[in-house]
Amino acid sequence: MNKLYIFLKYFFIVVWTVFVVAPFLWALTTSFKDFQSVNGGVTYIPWVDFEPNLEGWKVLIKSPAKGGVDIIEPYFNSLFVTCTASLISIILGTLSAYALSRYTFKAGFVKNNDITFFFISQRIMPPIVLSIPFFLFLSSINLLDSLTGLIVVYIVLLMPIAVWIMVDFFNKVPREIDETALIDGCNPYQAFLKVVLPNSIPGLIVAGMFCIIFGWIDFFFAFILTFTEVQLLPVKIVALNSSVTPWWSLSASALVSVAPLIIVAFIVERYLSKGNLSGAIK
Amino acid sequence: MDLVANNLSYKPDDQYYLNEVSFNFKEGNLYTILGRTLSGKTTLLKTIAGLLTPDSGEIEFDGKNFLKVPVWERNVAMVYQQFINYPHLNVFENIAFPLKQRKIDQSVINEKVMDALKSVGLVGFENRKIQELSGGQQQRVSLARSLVKNAKILLLDEPLVNLDYKLREQLREEFKNLFSKGLADETILIYSTTDPRETMELNGEVIVLDEGKVLQVGPAKEIFENPNSLKVAEISNDPPMNIIEAKILDNHIKFEGIDVEAPQHLSKLTEDGLKIGLRSSDIELNENGHEFEVELAEISGSETLLHLKRGNTKIIVSIEEVLNFKIHDKVKINFKINRAYAFHANGKLASSPFGGLNG
Repeated sequence: MNKLYIFLKYFFIVVWTVFVVAPFLWALTTSFKDFQSVNGGVTYIPWVDFEPNLEGWKVLIKSPAKGGVDIIEPYFNSLFVTCTASLISIILGTLSAYALSRYTFKAGFVKNNDITFFFISQRIMPPIVLSIPFFLFLSSINLLDSLTGLIVVYIVLLMPIAVWIMVDFFNKVPREIDETALIDGCNPYQAFLKVVLPNSIPGLIVAGMFCIIFGWIDFFFAFILTFTEVQLLPVKIVALNSSVTPWWSLSASALVSVAPLIIVAFIVERYLSKGNLSGAIK
Repeated sequence: MDLVANNLSYKPDDQYYLNEVSFNFKEGNLYTILGRTLSGKTTLLKTIAGLLTPDSGEIEFDGKNFLKVPVWERNVAMVYQQFINYPHLNVFENIAFPLKQRKIDQSVINEKVMDALKSVGLVGFENRKIQELSGGQQQRVSLARSLVKNAKILLLDEPLVNLDYKLREQLREEFKNLFSKGLADETILIYSTTDPRETMELNGEVIVLDEGKVLQVGPAKEIFENPNSLKVAEISNDPPMNIIEAKILDNHIKFEGIDVEAPQHLSKLTEDGLKIGLRSSDIELNENGHEFEVELAEISGSETLLHLKRGNTKIIVSIEEVLNFKIHDKVKINFKINRAYAFHANGKLASSPFGGLNG
């Protein structure tokens, strides 16, 4: 019984690992192939099955004039837009989540839960519904095809995530901790910054991670709200796909685009296992 | 510097949390707020701390309107019944927190924190994380944090209730020592509890609170000897005082076929609807006594609590030894009737063996 359990455990772990890792390995090998190796049947092992070359990677940094797609500028655009929008969303989202968690709001029949739901409802709508209003809104304030415009739109999309996660998190931080901070001589702002926030780091990390992921992978709004001046990475990668599908450079760009998320995931994993609230209340 | 409250009321929904509460607390004294759960004890303490604003009424401290002073400027300290500390700080930083907030010199902080650690017996634990401490130690940290401030008003909200029996006894002793050590010279100590024994042991001025209303104020001994109403008698005794509906006729107390001679202090009461109150410790097992049926027998520590029934009368008897009884056993008991109280039909005290309102 026990042996069967161990066997099954490892069996499923191996199957799952293959599922997760295989696409990466496939993309990695493909990125070093050329037209011949991709179309010449199934090959996996470099130097044995096929002769690796850097053609796929070079396309990514060559200028369009030389037949490349220069993803460096879109890459940094994407980084800048994602990080700025995530940061602002986290700051605003955390503040509003704290208010929603600790204070009672009432406007007619609208109460705290309704306000929280209002934030989440922004995510429930299909993006296509929002696209036309966003387009018209950005064009009316002259921010179409600009980084600022994209940041504004992403804040609208990312802040609900931050609010949603942080409201739940703050609700779990005992209110008595805030009260004790007030009694110990903090004004409400100091109580929030010195006591509540340091105890909410796991929540902040989760919220931040979700914001970064959703911001980084968004294609739809990046595609609709930009034309020529500004381009983000997902849009640029799709632009690679011309009449002949260049699998090698698509693979290379795919790897480049998931790299930041992998790094974020590794850092976050460290922090998440560290901090917890146990001991605040027993 | 007195803390004076006038007609404090707080009614956030359709129930009173505080109902016209008034008091006059003097510095250097210990005040015990005795009441059952949900009687408004925590609400009252939070109102004094400034965490809640009453709907009406006034609080004055040192002659100044206290309600206009925000919490963080009130110089109060509070220990909660849950062990509230800052989980992201270690023991030393936790205790130093209120001092750092006042921008005091680091060397002074170190000295004061070490003093506080010493007085709660946690020397050597400075660098521990809060999560690594036991419940009792966590509560000592919060106590140290409230002592270190030299607050003018120290609020203790059922600080022992979440601890196990032995720790509770131990910490209670330490509290008494701390309180008597002159800490209270210029401090107003306010201690809330549900436990009548704790109240008697602390032996301070007692405020009996029920449903947000102050029922009786007085020294612990006075509350114990002369509870002014049925409610107070129930709240200030654990197990609650037995209430027996009885008639006094011709100098005899009669109920459920039992007939005992009325003691002198009850003999003149003849009205209808009279209720006789008798502490569970004032009833004893006796071969020649009256027969009752056992409904439940619980052994707690070194005493046995017997829940007895006869007709419609139910009483609880506490016996200072461990005895085994089965349900439906018959036992014979005797009443120490000269220790009996009498209450009017409206719940007010009619007569007490200690001379209160001798009827």
